[in-house]
Amino acid sequence: MKVVILGCGKMGQELTRSLVKEGHDVTVIDHDESVVGTIGDLYDVMTVCGEGVDYDTLSEAQVQDARLFIAMTPRDEVNILSCFLAKRMGAHHTIARIEDTDMTDRELSFIKQQTNISMFVNPALIVAQELNNMLRLPSGIRADYFARHSFEMVELRTKMNSKFSNMNVSDLRRHFKENFLICAVGRGSDVYIPRGDFVLRDGDLLTINAAPTEIDKLLTEVGYINKPVRNVMIIGGSRTAYQLGKILIESGIRVKIIEQDRDRCRQLCESLPEAVVINGDGAQGELLNEEGLLTTDAFVSLTGMDEENILMCIYANEQRVPRAMCKVDRSAFADLAGRLGVEGLVSPNVRVSSLVLRYVRALENSAGSNIETLYKLMDGRAEAMEFIVKPDFPYLNIPLYQLEFKPGMLIGGIIRDTKPLIPGGNDHIEAKDRVIVLAAGQNLVSLSDAIIKVKES
Amino acid sequence: MNRRMILYMVGQVCEITAVLMVLPLIVSILYRERCLIDFLLAITVALVIGLALTFLSRPTSKVIYAKEGYIIVGLSWIVVSAIGALPFYFSQQIPHYIDAFFETVSGFTTTGASILTDVEAMSKGLLFWRSFTHWIGGMGVLVFLMAVVPLQNDRGMHIARAEMPGPTVGKLMPRLRDTARVLYLIYAGMSVIMVIFELAGGMPFFDSLLHMFGAAGTGGFGIKSDSIASYSPYEQWVITIFMLLFGVNFNLYYLCLHKHFKEVLESDELKTYLALFLISSALITINTLSQNVSVATAIRNACFQVSSIMTTTGYATTDFNKWPEFSKGILMFLMLIGACAGSTGGGLKVSRLVMLAKNVKRELRHLIHPRSVGVVRFEGRTVDDQTLHSVSVYLALYMGILIAVALLLSLDRFDFETNLSAANACFNNIGPGLGAVGPASNYAGYSPFSKLVLCAAMLLGRLEIYPLFLMMTPSIWSRSS
Repeated sequence: MKVVILGCGKMGQELTRSLVKEGHDVTVIDHDESVVGTIGDLYDVMTVCGEGVDYDTLSEAQVQDARLFIAMTPRDEVNILSCFLAKRMGAHHTIARIEDTDMTDRELSFIKQQTNISMFVNPALIVAQELNNMLRLPSGIRADYFARHSFEMVELRTKMNSKFSNMNVSDLRRHFKENFLICAVGRGSDVYIPRGDFVLRDGDLLTINAAPTEIDKLLTEVGYINKPVRNVMIIGGSRTAYQLGKILIESGIRVKIIEQDRDRCRQLCESLPEAVVINGDGAQGELLNEEGLLTTDAFVSLTGMDEENILMCIYANEQRVPRAMCKVDRSAFADLAGRLGVEGLVSPNVRVSSLVLRYVRALENSAGSNIETLYKLMDGRAEAMEFIVKPDFPYLNIPLYQLEFKPGMLIGGIIRDTKPLIPGGNDHIEAKDRVIVLAAGQNLVSLSDAIIKVKES
Repeated sequence: MNRRMILYMVGQVCEITAVLMVLPLIVSILYRERCLIDFLLAITVALVIGLALTFLSRPTSKVIYAKEGYIIVGLSWIVVSAIGALPFYFSQQIPHYIDAFFETVSGFTTTGASILTDVEAMSKGLLFWRSFTHWIGGMGVLVFLMAVVPLQNDRGMHIARAEMPGPTVGKLMPRLRDTARVLYLIYAGMSVIMVIFELAGGMPFFDSLLHMFGAAGTGGFGIKSDSIASYSPYEQWVITIFMLLFGVNFNLYYLCLHKHFKEVLESDELKTYLALFLISSALITINTLSQNVSVATAIRNACFQVSSIMTTTGYATTDFNKWPEFSKGILMFLMLIGACAGSTGGGLKVSRLVMLAKNVKRELRHLIHPRSVGVVRFEGRTVDDQTLHSVSVYLALYMGILIAVALLLSLDRFDFETNLSAANACFNNIGPGLGAVGPASNYAGYSPFSKLVLCAAMLLGRLEIYPLFLMMTPSIWSRSS
């Protein structure tokens, strides 16, 4: 697919890297000649040097033939305007990065409607959501939302002697009575899509699909102790800190923000009246202790400096803060920090690029097939595909146990009138349902391809 | 230094050479010639070396940087020439390996300098291979490799930049593989059209194919002792025009295909190139009027020779060695300039000349108004100082090498005009020079040492100096670099 990326900072570069890796034809625009030169050397892309709001530059990058135009500069107005131009010039889809956190949903949807921009990505919001996810779940578990937040996919590794081990999947469901489904099992380098008779072992990596409300109960049953977080200390009053504070306060968690700049403190006070805002240097141990580092449930470092964030997380770990996490921009630092024992690392660049990648995959798959969205699980070794059932689907209203599926395929979830449903053998597919199909290593064109025939009974 | 990757790529180049040698093999089978055995032998050698290299040095990491790109290109061209020389040597139609090597280097670098005293005695298969090397070398061996073999990494740009001529190398399409394919498609398309035009004038198919190879690659190996002189005026005009076309930056053809005619017409390089052609042809026509039977012949000969020399092809319809000094001087000057960047031609390149001239103008203005700020614009955009700087450095290196080669040749037995023009003609990938290496004679008289010097000069010229130069820098081979 032909993709044009405007802006090649850290975020644009990460995006370029992952799009090229997926085999797309990428053209990169940046106004800095040396940046453009480096990108051209590192990745197999075409480069154009120029301003993003310049018609000539855009036409040199052949925006008119592009399936997707992505504006990733740090300036919102440049992004919006260039997306608008690109759309008018003939780009099919446009994505704009938005940094301004004060923009309300109404404002955004108005701009979206007026400019025909397909999607906005707000890095601060994305990072805040990710951090919130991590705070809600026990450490070592990653969660991803699915099908417009109807389902939550959780990836976890079975512990030694857990209740899961040596049980087959159908016994497991009877035993736990909770509404969940094991979608994929990673064992060593293999990925299995489990049937009812699949026996789990210790150390398997599981992808579990469940409605968001069920996940907590399930995890407690499996033996992951989840001590709810009641108060959070945030270092650095960045945009991300504001977004995170907002989300946390809405779910009733106490938030304390430590920020050096007095004016910024004042702004945060105005926009987050419930938060405690402290004016001071977060790098001073004395101040942190005074403000209750030892009694806080979670510590999040969100300053603009990777090094400071990582070091402060290490310090918090040393002070036995139960959860310490931070934002890291450079991926090289992220690996290093992981080895130093910092568990909760969030990289805005990686998050943003995986979000865009998800959109690109959906675009690509929607071209020749009925797939609505496509998600990669287990490092891309398994896929979850979302279909909308058409009225002429041949297997309507037949209980699932009567259907014979292709090997390695599984129906992982059904959404009926916005209600999520984890299907059992007695459930059936109705017209207009959204159906999620799991498959390991094979792509489907339509839903009926997953089913071989109706079993004779 | 990723040595494994370098050897792996060189191995792939060997394999691709083996595949390419199948074409002359088919030719010799068609003409029932004995040299088919020599081709089979050469293909076997190429395959054995290639497979050995690709299997033994399967790279652990495929990441390469600019220096590996240069080394891969430099080594590949030497290896490809060494292997390409084998059929000539095995068949004993060129008895000495050094001579065969010279002939093949001359072929791949699209020089067209020959040591053969009697071309017409060669077998058809070998003649085909000799000219076919022009066609491959014109666009580049590694570019060909990139077009047909899936690229292993994102860093192919380093290789492309090292092999493609010109001060800056850009892509036509986002992916290098697609760019390489488009270039080869344009190249092949134009080649086919040229053959059709030649056939229309009654030239035999084999002759037109080989002359196309020579003109398309701007090489210039002929298959007659008098080059093109014995063909009809129509054929001579066809070759004149096509040589000129193959000397134009191929990016412009891509723009034409996409109907961006305005940009093509506004190209500084194209305008300068055509102006140089017209002015030189006119001057030479006037200067040589007295030597020709008619004005038409004078124009035809002048246009042909100017087109042939400035695109660095080296075909001849007349012995310009016998021309007046002024005309010879113009040709010598055109030899230095060469064709456009991004074409199959060699030389300093018109784009560099334009940039240098504009930079000189800026420098002069700067001397008059010391506080003036100036930018150099080329092809409608500002040239950054880094590029200007590297163009100046390139000119210095270029002149240095030209002088060094001429000096080394002076150790041999020929006069200064011959030596200077031989250095000039080989370094700029033209072929025939003046004096004892003029269009009517050849390079057979030089000693083996001089031939090796000229081989180096041809490779330096085709690869634009740096790849070979870097290979000769000892520090680049140390493990830590």
